[in-house]
This record gives sequence, C-alpha cells and structure tokens, in this order.
Amino acid sequence: MPIITSQINTQSATFKTNFTAMSDSVRELKDVVAKVTQGGHSAAREKHIARGKLLVRDRITKLLDPGAAFLEISQLAALHVYDEEVPCAGVVAGIGQVNRTLCMIVANDATVKGGTYYPLTVKKHLRAQEIALQNHLPCIYLVDSGGANLPRQDEVFPDKDDFGRIFYNQANLSAQNIPQIAVVMGSCTAGGAYVPAMADESIIVKEQGTIFLGGPPLVKAATGEVVSAEALGGGDVHTKVSGVVDHLANNDHHALHIARDVVANLQRPLPTYIDRNASRPPLYSTKEIYGVIPADNKHSYDVREVIARLVDGSEFAEFKARFGPTLVTGFARIDGFQVGIVANNGILFSESALKGAHFIELCAQRKIPLIFLQNITGFMVGQQYEAGGIAKHGAKMVTAVACAKVPKITVLIGGSFGAGNYGMCGRAYDPRFLFMWPNARISVMGGEQAAGVLAQLKQDQLTAQNTPLSDAQLASFKAPIIEDYEHQGHPFYASARCWDDGVIDPADTRTVLAMSLHISLNAPVEESRFGVFRM
Amino acid sequence: MIKTILVANRGEIACRIIRTAKALGIKTIAIYSTVDAQAQHVKLADSAFHIGPAQPAQSYLDQANIIALAVAEKVDAIHPGYGFLSENADFAEACAEQNIIFIGPSAAAIRQMGSKSAAKEIMEQAGVPLVKGYHGTNQEPMFLLKRAQDIGFPVLLKAVAGGGGKGMRILHAEDEFMAGLAAAKREALQNFSNDEMLLEKYIMQPRHIEIQVFCDTQGNGVYLHDRDCSIQRRYQKIVEEAPAPGLSDATRTAMGKAALAAAQAISYVGAGTVEFLLDKDENFYFMEMNTRLQVEHPVTEMITQQDLVAWQIQVANGEPLPLQQDDIPRQGHAIEVRIYAETPDKEFLPSSGTLAFYQEPSVNTYLRVDSGVTQGDEVSVFYDPMISKLIAYGTQRNTAITRLQQGLADYYIAGLDTNIAYLQNILQQREFITGQVSTHFIDDLKDVLAQPNETSEDSILALGCIILQTRLEQSFAHCTRDIPAHWRNLSTTKVSFDVQRDKSGCASTQSRSQITLTPVQTNQTLNAWVWGSDTPVHMATFSCLENQWRGKFGDKTLVVPYYLEQPSPHSEPTNTTPLELTPMLPDVLSHLTMWVEGQQHKLIFPAVDLGQNTSDNTANNFVAPMNGTVVSQTVDAPAEVKKGDVLMIIEAMKMEHNLKAPCDGKVTEYFFAPGDLVSGGATVLSFSPTTQSE
Repeated sequence: MPIITSQINTQSATFKTNFTAMSDSVRELKDVVAKVTQGGHSAAREKHIARGKLLVRDRITKLLDPGAAFLEISQLAALHVYDEEVPCAGVVAGIGQVNRTLCMIVANDATVKGGTYYPLTVKKHLRAQEIALQNHLPCIYLVDSGGANLPRQDEVFPDKDDFGRIFYNQANLSAQNIPQIAVVMGSCTAGGAYVPAMADESIIVKEQGTIFLGGPPLVKAATGEVVSAEALGGGDVHTKVSGVVDHLANNDHHALHIARDVVANLQRPLPTYIDRNASRPPLYSTKEIYGVIPADNKHSYDVREVIARLVDGSEFAEFKARFGPTLVTGFARIDGFQVGIVANNGILFSESALKGAHFIELCAQRKIPLIFLQNITGFMVGQQYEAGGIAKHGAKMVTAVACAKVPKITVLIGGSFGAGNYGMCGRAYDPRFLFMWPNARISVMGGEQAAGVLAQLKQDQLTAQNTPLSDAQLASFKAPIIEDYEHQGHPFYASARCWDDGVIDPADTRTVLAMSLHISLNAPVEESRFGVFRM
Repeated sequence: MIKTILVANRGEIACRIIRTAKALGIKTIAIYSTVDAQAQHVKLADSAFHIGPAQPAQSYLDQANIIALAVAEKVDAIHPGYGFLSENADFAEACAEQNIIFIGPSAAAIRQMGSKSAAKEIMEQAGVPLVKGYHGTNQEPMFLLKRAQDIGFPVLLKAVAGGGGKGMRILHAEDEFMAGLAAAKREALQNFSNDEMLLEKYIMQPRHIEIQVFCDTQGNGVYLHDRDCSIQRRYQKIVEEAPAPGLSDATRTAMGKAALAAAQAISYVGAGTVEFLLDKDENFYFMEMNTRLQVEHPVTEMITQQDLVAWQIQVANGEPLPLQQDDIPRQGHAIEVRIYAETPDKEFLPSSGTLAFYQEPSVNTYLRVDSGVTQGDEVSVFYDPMISKLIAYGTQRNTAITRLQQGLADYYIAGLDTNIAYLQNILQQREFITGQVSTHFIDDLKDVLAQPNETSEDSILALGCIILQTRLEQSFAHCTRDIPAHWRNLSTTKVSFDVQRDKSGCASTQSRSQITLTPVQTNQTLNAWVWGSDTPVHMATFSCLENQWRGKFGDKTLVVPYYLEQPSPHSEPTNTTPLELTPMLPDVLSHLTMWVEGQQHKLIFPAVDLGQNTSDNTANNFVAPMNGTVVSQTVDAPAEVKKGDVLMIIEAMKMEHNLKAPCDGKVTEYFFAPGDLVSGGATVLSFSPTTQSE
C-alpha cells in the first residue's frame, strides 16, 4: 500500500503557530468538559453521596468492564441553552463494553435538577436510542430521574420526538432483539416509571429506587391516601408483589453487579468484523494534526496530511487521484478495519462531485465503511459551473451519500457550509456518528458570505430608493450578521443543541473513529439501493 | 556391586540420592505414601511403589513392608536418607538378614550412638572431651564447691527437679559459690519441694560445630572438615556453613582428629557426623554422633568438591575411601539455609497447603538448590515442612553471603507462609556477617529478627493495584482490544482500590488503604498510571504475563514475579492451563503475592460490599407456599439455627418443600405439627433473626 509521506516541517514557525492555536482551542474545550462532567453543584453531589449513591460517572465505570473505554456522546448538550445551567443535559450517554458486549448506557444524573428531562435531555436520550438501533447495541438505563421537567412540559411532552418517544423506542428496540435493561437507582416517577416497566429485564436498589405513576403527594391530592414512597413503589413491593421489577439489589454496587450478570446472559450475535488486520499506529503522531491545521481558517492545506496522521501505517490507496483533485478519496485502515475515506481538499467542482459519487458507490458495493472528513465551503458557483450542470452533479453525490447503507462516520475538521454539508454526509444524512473539531464551523454559508449577500440585497433596495449606504454604514450593517454566524456556527453552540455527537480533541480522532467503527460493525452491513441519478 | 538402590525416603533427600545414583548408572526405586503419589522423588526414580497411607508409621516407617518390597524387587541396597529409618538399628539388621546392603553404619554402631549416656561413656574412654559435670546425690555444699573447682568456673547450677529457669544459677567465680548455691536451693525448695542440685560446666557463647567423618570397611577413616550449625530455632538448624568461620587451624585439626577417634572407637563405617559444643576459648565438648548423612551435607560437598552420596555408595560396595586425609581439599566457603513452610511470627508454626506458586533461583556453579517440590505440590502436615535448601559458595565468605542473599531473593513461593524473609533478616545481621554466632543467636536477636523487614511504602500497594487491574483488563479485553484502556473522550477516569497488607499472624495490624490511580494516555497502548499527588509516582506496564509483571515503577524498570488468586468456594484450583491467563473477576476477594526487588509483599483486595439482604429476614416470610401437609419440624423449637438450615418440610403436589433459615436466627415456635394440613399463605413458624450486634 502506498504511504503518505508528510511534507510538513514540524520545526517550522507555521507549524508551531498552528499548534499553539489548536492547543488553545482544545484547552478551552477541555475546560468546558471538565466543568460539565462534574454534574450538578457540589452541594447536590455531596447530598447524593451521603445517601450512599454513586455519582453517575462512577456508576458507569463500575458497570463497564475493568479498563473499558467509553465513548461519551453529546457532553456539551444544553450548554448555555437554558436560563439555568443543565450540565450534559442531566443525562450521561455513551457506548462501552459490559461483560464483553458493547452496550449503550443512558444514565440520569440526579445531581442535575433531580435528573428531570429538559427538551435537550429528551433529544440526547432519543439520539442514544437511535445509535443503539443503528448499531444493535443493548441499552442499559441507569434511572435516577424525576421525570419530565414540569415547567417546560410544552417542549417535552406533546410532540413526536418528545418524552413518549423514549418508550416507543424501547418497545421497538426490544422488538428487534436489542435488549432493554433498566436499573432503578433512584426515582422513576410518572412517565419515567415506564423505563423499567418497558424494559426486558430490570433491577431496583432497595430503599433507594422507587417506581410509581403518581408519587405520594399526587396520591394524597387525588385520593387522600397517605403512603410512604417506599411502600408505594419501593424495591420490596416491586420485586415481591407487583412484579414490575425482576431483581432486588442491596446497593448501587450490587445493582450494577446484577446488571453485568444480565448482560452476560444476553447471547448477543458476534460483531460483523468483515476484514480486520492487526492495528498499526500511523507513522506520524495524531497530535501533529494540531500543527497541520492552519490557525487562520482562510489558509488552505493538504488534507492528506490529516489522513496520514489517522490511518494505520499512514498507508492510503488513493482513488482517482488525478481527477477532481479538490476531493480526496481512497482506501485505508483504521485500527485494522478497512475504510473508504472521502475528504475535502478545496471547493467542490462537478468533477469532484462525480468522483465522490463513484467512490461512495464502490464502498457501498464492497460494504466498506465510509469516513467523511468535512472541510467544505460549498459547491463552486458562477455561470460557467451552473451551465456545466454542477447542480445535477452535486445531486449525484448527495444521492450516493443518502442511499449508501454502509456505516458512515463524519468528522467536521473545518468548515461545513451549504450544500457541501449534504454531499459530505452532514447530520441529515444519517451518519452513524458525527463529531466536530473545536476549529470547525457550521452554517448554511460563511458569515462573510451571508453578510455580503444580505448587504447586497439591502444596498439594491436602498439604491432603488436613491439612499445607498456608505462603506462605513455597510460595514456596521454586516458586523452583527457576521457575529451571529460566528456564534451560531461555533462547535459549542452546535453541540449544545445536539446537532452532532460531540466535539472531540483532534488528537483523539483516530481513537474516536476506531471506537465508532467497532460500534458500527456491531450491526450487519446492509445492501445499498440507490435512487435515480440525474445524468 | 550395587546395581539397584531402593530409596527409603521422600522429599529433597530422596531426589538428591536418586540424582547421584543415576549419575553412577544405578537403577533407583522410590517408595511413596498415598499423599506423595505425584511427588517429585516418585517422578525422578526409575520406578516407584506405593507403600501405604500418609501416616509415616504405616508408610515410610513400615520396615516389614519396605523390606518385602526390596526383596521382591531384588534391590542390592537401601539408602535410608536422613530421618525415618536412617538411624534405626533394627532396620539395618533386617536389611542384613535379607542380604540387602543398608547404606549406613552397622546396627551395633547405631545402637551405641543412639543412647546418649552410652555414647558419652564410649567417648570418655576414647579420650574425646565431654562437658564436665556432677550429677551425684552428695549435696554437701563443700563437696559441691570442690566439684565446681574440678569442673572449672563458670559453672551452671541446676535444680534436679527444675525447669523454666527456676533454681538455676550461673556462677562465674569461687567466691560467688556458697551464696549462689544457698539461693538456688531456696528457690528450688519453694518451687519443686526438692533442693537437690546438679553441676555442669557453663559454656560461654557456645557454638555448634560438627565434623563430617567417613570410614570404609577396610579400617580407613577421614574427616571432611567442620561445619558451624549454631543458628537454630526450636532445636533445628536453619543456617549451616562450612568451614566454621574464625576457627584456628589447630582447633580444626584437633576436632577432626577427636571426631575420627570417636568414629573409630565404635568401628564406624560410612558417613557420620560428630557434634561438638565449642566455647569462646575454642574448647570443644562432645555432644552426640549422628550415624547418617546430614541435611547440611551439601556445604561440606561444596568446600571439598566431593559427592558424599557417591562416597556412601562406594563404601557400601566395600571399596576404599576415594581420598586420603591429606588429599581432601578445603576451599572457599559454603553456606546453606533451609527454607521451611512455617510462620516465624507464630513461633515458627509449620504451615501446610499447596505451593500455588513456586519458583526457585536458577542454579549455577556457585548456587545449589536441593529441593523435592514443584509448583502445585502439597506440603502436607504429615512430614517435615522443609521445602528446599539453598547453598551458596564463594572463595570469600562475603561472596558466599551475597550470593545466598541474591538466591533467597529469587525464591518465589506463594500459597503458604515461609521463613524466607526471616532468613533474609538473619543474613543481614552484623553478628552473622562477621561470623560472631552462637547457639543463642536467635534468642539474643529475637526482637531484631521479628522486625518485619519490608518497606511499607504505599507505592508498593499502588503497584499491586496495577497488577490486579492489568490482569482484570486482560480478562475483559475483547472487542475494543486496541483502544487504550480507560479511554474517555476529553476526560479521565480514576480507578480506586481498597487494599490491605496481608500480615499473617497479626490480624490486628491489618488496615485498609484506599489507592487511587489515574490512567495516563500515551501514544502506545501500554498501560501507564500515576499514583499520589504530592510526589506522584509514575508507573507503566510493559508486559503482564500470568506470573510476571514487567514495567516501569518510578524511575526503575522492574521485573516483578507475582501470584494472583481469587479464592472461590465453588471452584477447585487448577494448574492445567499454564499457557492461558487465568481469567479474573472484578470486585471479588483477591490475594496478591508479589516480589519487588527480592522482597515479598502480600496484599489482600477485599470484595466490594454488595450489601446485606435483610429485607427477607422477617417472620412473615415463613408461610406455606401452597396447600399441603407438614412432613416434619426439623428442629426442636425454641432453637438457634444457622443460615440455610431447613426449618420445616411441607409436602404438596407430590413435592417436598423446604423452608430454610434466611440468616442465622432462632426458631421460637412452630404453629403446625407434622401431619397437619396447612393452607397456602399460612404462617407456619415464628423466626427471629440474630441481629448484627449480637
């Protein structure tokens, strides 16, 4: 296999400048993550521990196999979205190995607003279930939640992708033999009661977990009956009398221990590792990506420098290298798994789009997972290109991406603008996972371009009224637009709204991709059937 | 000519004899008791025969059985080793009757030396010096003073009926005598109602020096120099060396000649040892003669470069001794230590069990290991708990000590307690290093030797945690095998362990520590950790095999042999799959024995607390499962019962249902008698659980 020989001088001033800029971005990211992964405020955490309960991340670590890796999704969910801070949207979700089986774990954090469901909590929970569905991952719900956030019931309860969808998913996941396991480690009130009730197998911690449709206050209000939470829906009642729960645990440790035993008896089919070699590290450290990515995003660079730092042995068999060179396509291995890589190396032209469509079809035919490295300002515009049919050529690539049923994993390594986002497998194209680098930006077009377009429209309008704007006036018209685009296109803004599965450290990209491939190949790869390509 | 030898022994000495016999082209037959069926001497011999049950009296000491076997197998000779039948005159005679060569002295010689008083008389006649004393009935003070003057001061005054040091006096000079005698007599009278006294020469700083002698059937005799065996515990030698350090050549020669005279006085044949007490002025006194090959013979072999078992066989064949006295070399120094399965902290109480993990130091020209066990062998309660002997040689005594220390550090034994750390401690004592030993060595240094010799740094605990964690990770590494362990996007997960040192014998000092390790992500998949915050220790695993961890521990790169087990009541220990790593479980009780730079550390990782199930311990749980008939009340109420005890049997639907105690407690009353019909849901008995505090 051909090897990519890096042209980068790691001692150069540019490299060092780039490295520093990216390091700063990563540090900013890590600082935010460090804060949100603590969960609720310290008083809430201390109270939680005083009750003999484990903190949510400790529960997950105890549930996982010793030393198992954990791919957490949407850590930044709900960041600065609501008036109050809701770290991680009050729920931790991710994929890790439990008793040698990859599982999706969804765990409420009771230290964050009592683990109640905000709109983004629901969105994150549903996304976790979607990942479980696509990748055939058994689901383990560590339940410790007060249910729907009542003040926001209008955004949480009524719509299709609201709270009720969680239980709809549980039923349909179970129907596809994707096991649903609930561990009740705290409250499970009202709608929340359906998480264990809808589970295939459930566990409850005695004198700690409670399940009821209506809690003691509601019961008293409704019927006048006075009853304790434990007597109403504690572990003893549910394991001995009601049968709502199958296993009674003595404490958190015991409950997680039982959960591991439950997973041991799932008899899961083996992952479909089609063709896996031994994993070999790249010839160049993945961390060197810091120095590869220009500090100023207007500067261009060769995306092969990134690929060289991600793939096994830096080996890359490029496809159609001489045709449509603004899109780089080719085969490589990551952690021993064969992958097809589609990476932007400039703006998309008709040739690049055609080449992309061709390569995606190849991978779909061969059942090779696709990795998209997205850094795209869009398709080329202008009379010549429109006349050349760039719209239909772009459409071919979009069709190919939309219909390819192989696992697709997208990383936004730079810009993600306009229709380029579609052709490069944006969120709407159902990639199994989509991650962003801290330097990435996402919007319908660049802030400058959007401001320019809007300024032009405004100027046209005012010129018709004979009151054109001065240059200074134009600049002050554009400034807030540029600022808005910059703000809303920032990865933290995107990730807070669950437009992606998380912002990652570029140095972690290889590991994240490897984890994603392990997870994706947990489900058999389907045959692809393509729609009509406009010729 | 001897062509076949039956080795009437077991353990290391049987193996030792078989090795020399094999080298001489002699066929060997081993015998074994039921528990020794898989023992090393059985595997090493050309053939082996079961001789009886574990109890020595019915196996290794069953003379008739052994002789019958020897006759049936037409053996030429029997080697008795040491212990068992080696100094049994009847057995030697029985061999002779069957025309089988007993490799040892004549029955007569054994008998003569077997009785201590008879032996002393013979030695006195042969001019061998004895400890002087007076054991007579004349108790006149002036007479006793006269005797004391004859013996020479200092003298030891002992109550005839005495014990425990009462009525005992050491008198250093004549002017102390009368007062001392009166005091001793008073004390004896008070304690034993008998003030009769005996006198003995008191030997200052006595050393146990013994001479190896060898005689052939043609009247030739030689001595193969001396050994110092002063370091003893519970009257058993644990450190022996040759030659005895710091002795003048004149004394060596005098002792050798005296020992040879002693042997020749009884027309001795074969290998024998004459034991002497030596005082600080190098006066020596006969104690006893052992008419066999001694445990500590290897030190003599090393300094003389001879094979004493080969000598024994040669003499038994009627051949002359291989060397004349003047040709016997005495080169360098050799020291032996005996490794016992015992607990020095519990007054050397023997320990028994399985050698779950056993590795010996590798041998070379300077280091010899005599052992008869291997990993997985049982150290049974029926026999001597000696596991192995380690013998080191050096042209200088210091070199021999250094090699011995290194050799001891390379013993890796887990599954039972050993005296290795204790021996290591002995070898570090200034008194030993300078050769200033006496039979009081262990007593004098009791407090120093009892000091645990281990570093108690918590970083050692952290290393133990890493080994356990690494093995746990290996047990589960499966689907994401090339993903770095503990990987998290953008955050790290610490791993905490409860761990305590296992100090067998002093349960009270066990305290739990909590060790928290932080994984460090590196470019390689190797497992790196950091422990501690003030002065963090960095550690990394390079490789972790079944019994050996290799990695970085602070600044050092170390190889750490270890043995990790998770005792389970449900599974038998197996040693059948050495190539596979034993799978480990998280959160269960684990025992780790590891050796860091020659020091053994034993750690216990308690099981994670999965809580107590108390909610079912209520009386209302004792209800009939369905309609049925009471078959029996299994206890007489009121009665204390243990968890799991059957309390009542009810028959229903042609099935018997047992009602069991959910925990320890008390049955206070039965509500139904056998034969009664009960309806489902009826409470049938009253039970109260024992509360935790009781």
